Amino acid sequence: MNKDRLNDPHAIKLLSRRAHELSSSFDEVKLMHVCGTHEHSIVESGLRALLPENVRLVSGPGCPVCITPKEDIEKMIHLADKGLTVTTFGDMMNIPSDSGSLSDAKSRGGDVRIVYGIANSLALAAKGKEVVHFGIGFETTVPTSSVALMSGQENFSILSVHRTIPEAMEFLLESDIKVDGFIDPGHVSSIIGVGVYRPLSEKYGVPQVVAGFEPGDIMLSVVMLLEQLHDGRAVVENEYARAVRENGNTKAISMMEETFEHYDAKWRALPTIPNSGLRIRKGYSEMDALKRHEDLLGDFEYVPRKEESGCRCADMLLGNCSPEDCPLYRGICSPDNPVGPCMVSIEGTCNIAYKYGQ
Amino acid sequence: MCLAIPGKLIKKDGDKGIVDYDGARVEVRLELVDAEVGDYVIVHTGFAIEKLTEEDALESIALWKKIMEMDG
Repeated sequence: MNKDRLNDPHAIKLLSRRAHELSSSFDEVKLMHVCGTHEHSIVESGLRALLPENVRLVSGPGCPVCITPKEDIEKMIHLADKGLTVTTFGDMMNIPSDSGSLSDAKSRGGDVRIVYGIANSLALAAKGKEVVHFGIGFETTVPTSSVALMSGQENFSILSVHRTIPEAMEFLLESDIKVDGFIDPGHVSSIIGVGVYRPLSEKYGVPQVVAGFEPGDIMLSVVMLLEQLHDGRAVVENEYARAVRENGNTKAISMMEETFEHYDAKWRALPTIPNSGLRIRKGYSEMDALKRHEDLLGDFEYVPRKEESGCRCADMLLGNCSPEDCPLYRGICSPDNPVGPCMVSIEGTCNIAYKYGQ
Repeated sequence: MCLAIPGKLIKKDGDKGIVDYDGARVEVRLELVDAEVGDYVIVHTGFAIEKLTEEDALESIALWKKIMEMDG
């Protein structure tokens, strides 16, 4: 690949021109990415303005904080209220559930701490505190939880709400949401590789491109998808070869398989998605917070309530609407007063749109 | 949370290492990659998750610098 190709304005202009040429052979094309960092890069660089009018680039369920079920947030709050030390990534702190947020638990005296990574949580446990880490995230983050589980650290457990991306993509393809092409997430793919996406292209005839995070990476990936659609091909191509291998990071994959198993899991605002959740295997149940703290969770009760009235976060996660389509956006819903998770998380589509003034 | 940027591994001690981001040095864990001093790695939540070839890593860093300069 040409070293200077990415983000060079002239190169971007050429890519944009090519996208326009290709677009004349389609009525409407809907391309979806499933990664909060892709959305960030697209909005920050104003990439959508460079696309043909009939090419829509939409955001799918790629924000791990946004799709974490309220029930799991409430379990973490419950454990903090019971006196355990709870660790979480920062943007989970203010996500609302029906019984407040982790931030509220901290305000009333709970030991809730923001960590940069799970190694910080292990260090806290090594000092003698009983620590529960909120294990959120997709395949990029899962192997770091595996390392923690395999460390055998005492006083430490994980509440796993890890979810996997290919299963979510298959769910979308099985639903009535029409997606003409997928931009596959860069660093999830660094772990799981390119090959795992192939069955989806073969079964559903959908083109895919694994993409990096520079605006040039994404622009190039869009053009690669349009070329495939134009030629009537449906394969998986790798635009991000500098960080993604065919078989992924095999060391990380084997550690994930050692410690986690798939199950049918709920995503916030979405239905249960077959095989999309990862729970901790029996061999590591000492470090599975749901088992280790079974007694403390004995009186935990989750009473599901309806999602906030008017909030269209669910449609947003399915790529069915844009922030401007939501009646609450920029009205009562803003980063200072977020109604739904898409506005709270720094990876949420509404939060990103608001920040860049869209 | 998926912000992962490439840096150069400048020190390795078992499963721990130091990654240099153009001057800023950060401790990383190395359990997930077979990386040696001098390799460029992508770091996510404190763990190196994949190696890059040096040429490509330099390319990414040049872009990173450019973005930083635009920001400043």
